[in-house]
Amino acid sequence: MTTAINFQNLTLGYDQHPAVSQLQSDIKEGSLTAIVGPNGAGKSTLLKGVVGSLAPLEGQIVLGSHACKSMAYLPQQSVIEQSFPLSVVDLVAMGLWQEIGPFGRINSERRSRVDDAISAVGLTGFETRIIGSLSGGQMQRALFARLLLQDAAIVLLDEPFKSVDSRTTADLICVIKSWHQEGRTVLAVLHDDETVRAHFPDTLMLARELVAHGPTSKVLTAENHFRARQMCEACDGPPHVCGRDAA
Amino acid sequence: MIFDIFFQPFYDYGFMRRALYGCIAISFGATPVGVFLMLRRMSLTGDAMAHAILPGAAMGYLVSGLSLGAMTIGGLIAGLTVALLSGFVSRLTALREDASLAAFYMISLALGVLIVSTRGSNIDLMHVLFGTVLALDNAALILLSSITTLSTLTLAIFFRPLVLECVDPQFLRSVSSLSAVTHFTFLALVVLNLVGGFHALGTLMSVGIMILPAASARFWTVSVGGLMTVAFVIAILSSLIGLLLSFNFSLPSGPAIILVVGVAYLISLAFGSADGIITQLVRRSQTTS
Repeated sequence: MTTAINFQNLTLGYDQHPAVSQLQSDIKEGSLTAIVGPNGAGKSTLLKGVVGSLAPLEGQIVLGSHACKSMAYLPQQSVIEQSFPLSVVDLVAMGLWQEIGPFGRINSERRSRVDDAISAVGLTGFETRIIGSLSGGQMQRALFARLLLQDAAIVLLDEPFKSVDSRTTADLICVIKSWHQEGRTVLAVLHDDETVRAHFPDTLMLARELVAHGPTSKVLTAENHFRARQMCEACDGPPHVCGRDAA
Repeated sequence: MIFDIFFQPFYDYGFMRRALYGCIAISFGATPVGVFLMLRRMSLTGDAMAHAILPGAAMGYLVSGLSLGAMTIGGLIAGLTVALLSGFVSRLTALREDASLAAFYMISLALGVLIVSTRGSNIDLMHVLFGTVLALDNAALILLSSITTLSTLTLAIFFRPLVLECVDPQFLRSVSSLSAVTHFTFLALVVLNLVGGFHALGTLMSVGIMILPAASARFWTVSVGGLMTVAFVIAILSSLIGLLLSFNFSLPSGPAIILVVGVAYLISLAFGSADGIITQLVRRSQTTS
């Protein structure tokens, strides 16, 4: 299996303060990987690094040939401005950006694909609704429809089931599994171990540094959880010495 | 009677016609920008930028007197400098962009008032601060029309990335490298429209025709296109009424126009069909009964 994402001694952070330190690992093409760890472990930071919105302080992220072509990213809902008067169909249609760019027209064929994506996440009938009127679960479904349209080789999900009811979670897991079956590489930041155990074959546990990476059953152990908590607590001191002191 | 009140001043006097044309031009360019300022929660940024253009206009005045071109270029340079410096400081330091903008615009405003006060007369200062909409000549109208055309075309080109930048900036950054370009182009549009507006309404009042109609429109409609249309209509009607009040009661025209937009805002706040306070109360009472 070829490598989709290679973390080479990667350090990511803000204002020169590392949030992820000296990470060395590979994400295989077509894998379905959960990223877990305590709060402040650097999970969301890692996704921002992969998507390119945060430059490495040290090391690098090397993307495989497929990954370079396309990547879809679902940020946490809190960074989305839901008070903006945008309809569901317009939000979902943004997933066509790689095809249409800033000026391209949404013709009938593209509109039909937008409708299909909305239908696939169970939001038919909500097309003209303003996003501010959607519940947390409906909004997440709309964002998944946008991901569907992006048709990307790598899909990055930052806490996709946060503030979402169990039925929506189940529906969205079906979408994620279909991506996995299609051979896409999926990385999802998650907090619920049960969900990870049930649906994600691989897990990467972070505590600013790598705790463990491999099959979920071998990573989600009591020892690793204990070690991750200890490492994060050790890092709560001066952040610039975090990685080396904790090791 | 109605003709005398509403049309006679524009029929009889060229300066009234030019003033109305100038207000229409300013409104056409500034109100869509104001809608985006409001939707991006940057309304006070517009106010700060309006203050920031003052020293540039004052420097233009010092060099060439009350020259349209010199004051426009000076205002543009000052406004863009403050916008860029604020952006750089917020990216290089821990200071947030609103705080660095507040710092730079205060320095800029003080510098501008100092220049005009020491080298010009009170009349000059009043001209820069409050504008002279009733004294717009043909050259000024051409300038305002050009600024509006450029602003509208640029907004049309950047419309989609601008909407994305407002709704989901991280998504835009993940699919395109247009994020920073969009942000600074938008700030440039704000400055451009404020500079156009200050010739008619002054540096302090020009932001009013940008923000107040947009804020009023929010109480009547929820779609972006609807907001722009309603804001433009409110700006035009307010300009017309403000000019007539100014003409009939010998009031300063810039503040008269902005006060009328202010009244439109209060009416919208109370009776707006989308989110007005009284409309909400009526809806609630109908729901409970």
